[in-house]
Amino acid sequence: MAGAAAHLAPHSGSATRFEANLATRDTAWVKVAVLGIGLTYFAVFLLLPLVAVFVEAFRKGWEAYLAALVEPDALSAIKLTLIAAAISVPLNIVFGVSAAWAIAKFDFPGKHLLITFIDLPFSVSPVVAGLIYVLIFGAQGWFGTWLSDNDIKVIFAVPGIVLATIFVTFPFVARELIPLMQAQGRDEEEAAITLGASGWQTFWRVTLPNVKWGLLYGVILCNARAMGEFGAVSVVSGHIRGETNTMPLHVEILYNEYQFAAAFAVASLLALLALVTLSIKTYIEWRAGLSTSEEKTL
Amino acid sequence: MSIEVRNISKSFGAFKALDNITLDLPRGELIALLGPSGCGKTTLLRIIAGLEHADRGAVILSGQDASDKHVRERHVGFVFQHYALFRHMTVFENVAFGLRVKPRSERPPEKVIRERVHRLLELVQLDWLSDRFPSQLSGGQRQRIALARALAVEPQVLLLDEPFGALDAKVRKELRRWLRRLHDELHISSVFVTHDQEEALEVADRIVLMNKGRIEQIGSPREIYNEPATSFAYGFIGTVNEFRGRVEGSYVRVGNDLLPHGRTDLSDGSSVVAFARPHDTEIVKGEGGEGVAARVNRILTNGAITRVELLANGEAREGKKDYFEVEVTPDDLVALGLSTGERVRIKSKRLSLFGDQK
Repeated sequence: MAGAAAHLAPHSGSATRFEANLATRDTAWVKVAVLGIGLTYFAVFLLLPLVAVFVEAFRKGWEAYLAALVEPDALSAIKLTLIAAAISVPLNIVFGVSAAWAIAKFDFPGKHLLITFIDLPFSVSPVVAGLIYVLIFGAQGWFGTWLSDNDIKVIFAVPGIVLATIFVTFPFVARELIPLMQAQGRDEEEAAITLGASGWQTFWRVTLPNVKWGLLYGVILCNARAMGEFGAVSVVSGHIRGETNTMPLHVEILYNEYQFAAAFAVASLLALLALVTLSIKTYIEWRAGLSTSEEKTL
Repeated sequence: MSIEVRNISKSFGAFKALDNITLDLPRGELIALLGPSGCGKTTLLRIIAGLEHADRGAVILSGQDASDKHVRERHVGFVFQHYALFRHMTVFENVAFGLRVKPRSERPPEKVIRERVHRLLELVQLDWLSDRFPSQLSGGQRQRIALARALAVEPQVLLLDEPFGALDAKVRKELRRWLRRLHDELHISSVFVTHDQEEALEVADRIVLMNKGRIEQIGSPREIYNEPATSFAYGFIGTVNEFRGRVEGSYVRVGNDLLPHGRTDLSDGSSVVAFARPHDTEIVKGEGGEGVAARVNRILTNGAITRVELLANGEAREGKKDYFEVEVTPDDLVALGLSTGERVRIKSKRLSLFGDQK
């Protein structure tokens, strides 16, 4: 997971120059071979499955497709997925921005520990993440008795799903912003303060506009993961139809019940989400590239 | 606004950036904090602004202790070395920023903001750039915008951190002159940090010379140049010939040579370091007699004054040979009739001696 600053860099024209130069040009068969390997790999492992999802989804026609989507259990799964994302994404924005702000702009004890721990959800298997919450909030867990005494359901209920989603999507925003904010330094904030701006004004008028593309980038990746997460959510969900199923879980259940068309119909929604995410991501990269290249031209 | 700095100390870990600094800066002057990099000058400036907190001591602005006052309330304008312009705002919005963030009750109406920003942009002669973004400006233009932005809130004091450090030599010279003129127009108390002695000598009313977290000398450019108070001041400002040796009567023994010093208050045998400016140093022909032996290395004639570069005869110190420089008028040059490689002696009627701490 490199920072936005690194992978948002604009594409330079060096490739064309390299290719136009006789001294650095490769022979034709090398080009064909490299291109061939790349394209075949892309077609077999990326394009084919994507096409297959939509082909399978529409195998029984439009009506069956729509019926699979408006069926109550599917609708409930879609709703739950949206709820989980709607809660976890804003929370992670708040957390990510404040963590990045703290790390980039201040020196405090435990800073390196915080940077390391932000990455934890990336390095831990999602299943483990789910199990952690079962251990803490489950019936046999640390707070299990207290929770059941007070009639609060976390595991096998919506709160558990939200918690698991927050956990796995935790690093996305912070990880994008930390390198960006560190690269930008404190100068502009200090300038704002000497000009009389309050901390809040400095944040809204200086800090946030400077990182907006990085932030948006983090947010859409965070959102994609929140909606698509399977492992961690699967552990805490309990797979109760119409209640604790998210879209990915619903797809799995349908598939296990041999309802392939319906399974692929719901899956196609997730695939569509991925495509939308990708196009927004490309747009953001282009915009961010535009603003960095502007900075370079003096 | 007058600035008083009282016993300020600041350390970063084991590094002592400022060591008990006390300083009085009267109002209305343009003051240079001059020193080599790492001498603490920027830290001192940031402490005055409130961007850095001193470990000990107080900053007194206009007679009031401002040590615990927030940056916002100190009414200082700060200009950063790398401009720190808001990159997502136009030049106009950059300058207007300080006015727009004022609390509603103090904020001037939009029309007044517009007028004031345009007046400031005219002052820095960049009104025609008001719709551009900082990335579309040259370094010199950015720094002038940064200055206009700092002036927009009508600060009582202007602090500039190496304002011309990131610019090339020609633009730097132009901006220097411009800053001086601006200061003469506005009479706002200003402090700027620089490591460039030429810049300080040319622009400032008064120079505070710093080294290793301490103040070496405070004075007008003339005083700093003509009457350096310490051996550091001598070595840092201007070109200088340096001789190290021991006092022997009315001479300083430098290696095998004897250099007349003309002072009476020195005890025999004490280690000293002696300085003489190139224009106060003279060349004596012949190998015998008083003066430090040297060999003519190069004769550089460009302009009215000829500079003669000489190579010391003595052993190379710390791997590098000592060079001397003497300025000679054309008449003297003809009278001397020097040639490259010739062995001569140099001495000075205006030798300054300091105890050698090394």
